[in-house]
Amino acid sequence: MFTKPIHTKLLYLAILAAALLLPWYVPDAYIFQIVTMSILYAVAASGMNLILGFTGQVTLAHGAFFGMGAYGVAIMTKAGIIFWLALPVSALIAAFIGLLIGLPTLRTRGAYFAIVTLCFGVIVWIVSGNWVELTGGHNGIFGIPRPSPIPVPFFGQIEFFSQTSMYYLSLAVLLLVLFALYRLVYSVFGLTFMAVRNNEPLADSVGINTYATKLISFVAGNFIAGLAGGMYAAIMGAVSPSAAGYMLTFNFLIFVILGGMATLPGPVVGAFAIPVLMEFMQFLDDYRMLIFGALLIVVIIYFPMGLVGGLRRLNQKVAARRQQKVSESGHASR
Amino acid sequence: MLRVESVTKRFQGLVAVQDLSFEIIKGEILAIIGPNGAGKSTVFNLITGTLKPTSGQIFINELDITGAWPHQVASKGISRTFQTTSLFDQLRVIDNLMIGYKWRTKLGFWNTLFHTPRWKAHQAETYQRAMETLKFLGLAEKHDQFVPALSQEEQKRLAIGIALVCKPQVLLLDEPTGGLIQEETDRVTDLIRRVREQGTTVCLIEHKMQMIMGVADRIVVLNYGKKISEGSPAEVQSDQAVIEAYLGGEVHA
Ligand SMILES: Nc1ncnc2c1ncn2[C@@H]1O[C@H](COP(=O)(O)OP(=O)(O)OP(=O)(O)O)[C@@H](O)[C@H]1O
Ligand SMILES: [Mg+2]
Repeated sequence: MFTKPIHTKLLYLAILAAALLLPWYVPDAYIFQIVTMSILYAVAASGMNLILGFTGQVTLAHGAFFGMGAYGVAIMTKAGIIFWLALPVSALIAAFIGLLIGLPTLRTRGAYFAIVTLCFGVIVWIVSGNWVELTGGHNGIFGIPRPSPIPVPFFGQIEFFSQTSMYYLSLAVLLLVLFALYRLVYSVFGLTFMAVRNNEPLADSVGINTYATKLISFVAGNFIAGLAGGMYAAIMGAVSPSAAGYMLTFNFLIFVILGGMATLPGPVVGAFAIPVLMEFMQFLDDYRMLIFGALLIVVIIYFPMGLVGGLRRLNQKVAARRQQKVSESGHASR
Repeated sequence: MLRVESVTKRFQGLVAVQDLSFEIIKGEILAIIGPNGAGKSTVFNLITGTLKPTSGQIFINELDITGAWPHQVASKGISRTFQTTSLFDQLRVIDNLMIGYKWRTKLGFWNTLFHTPRWKAHQAETYQRAMETLKFLGLAEKHDQFVPALSQEEQKRLAIGIALVCKPQVLLLDEPTGGLIQEETDRVTDLIRRVREQGTTVCLIEHKMQMIMGVADRIVVLNYGKKISEGSPAEVQSDQAVIEAYLGGEVHA
């Protein structure tokens, strides 16, 4: 029902192989750190894409839910709770607070939800900078312990002291999240998300509880954001209010929109390509944001499915031309 | 089987539907007609929960569904189409139909995430039922296409299909042939007859008199939100009140 052509599968395999072998050809610790961060941003942006891209609900609090995961892990592990418990609990807290925000706001259609989430995002950021007892205020929280080793029978144990092991852990989380999203999105259940985005009154009339559908999407997306945030805290070893800030939300938003809304690879491509692009545009200084703003508008109007959507269109054109050639030569030989 | 009992709907000042009572009888094709703005579409919106009545009640098989949410009404076996063709135009034809069948299945979050045996069975069942419906609509070879690639008539058929795929008890059609030429109208009318034959009760709103008279078993006539006549096509056609309403207002072909 939902199969991909063979060369697309091969491309994904090649990317996976390159990702698995990365520690062998990127020895630079700085770049390594950036790649690991991009993976976590890709995870968070994928969660935002579920809400924004697939379900069409404009959430502007994604950075806040990322921050809840980060602060959750920071506070709990500092209190002596092991990382492997603190991580899922933090993600669940983010999901639960998302539920509380979604319950009153997702009943309505239109801009209301966007405005409330925007305000909520700013509030969480302010609280994270000022609730000194809990969050350490503007200085944040330092000295977050690394995840404890996992014992493996006959093998010894997997330790998480090195950057490499944290990289693999992040990669595993990304793959797991993408796998889960793949199952959810490419199914009849996933079609209900798109039905809500595309035509809510019609979705209502064919027996879909659109309110519940939006809630599930929002809660699941925030769970993913919390997961990414929790990983971030453990890798950085420190969190500060910028890990819960609205600037983070806008970064995720740019990754999703430029990478490709409502496509699974889109946010991942965005999370890797945009920082590189930013780096290249360093010389433009503050004009960078101006150009990004213009780029965002052009993409939204002409490439609603972003980079990935553009590539797909190109791919289809090539495939169509090839088919045409095949059928022409077929006629000639007859 | 579906009963509307003294239902009134008031929009700030304007009374769109006034003390309306009628019944849709199992197995029939009932037509609702009336001049523009008579309140026909509003009646459908009231039945399906899109609008809440100001007063009055609505029953399906003696079950009170007044004020229920649209998705709850749908799961009682009441399906509808909209006056302006309403489709999931970002999705493929087959997806449109599978969405329409979803409420009959257990294809929820956890079953989908863990690919349970139940998920496998229901996903396959949904696909099969969607294809079956496409064949019934005469759209089987278009299953893979996106909605904008369909002709206007095909889109109208698809809209009926989305409502029909879940095997509803009653199908409410709001101007299913609006904007179609004669030849296309005949084909869609034929489709509506086949819908009834395979066991779904039909209630339709139409302006095209010739088509109505040919297909309907009974007709309810509305004017200014009130029922002014009800009966067989022959009875309604010779009703003085109906003739006056139509001559007084706009006359439709
Ligand atoms: N949501 C609404 N808010 C306010 N007024 C409404 C609303 N819906 C319908 N109306 C009004 O109620 C009256 C009946 O409208 P309705 O759409 O039911 O008419 P109709 O019989 O379907 O007409 P048509 O043949 O043109 O489709 C109209 O005067 C319309 O303007
Ligand atoms: Mg109408």
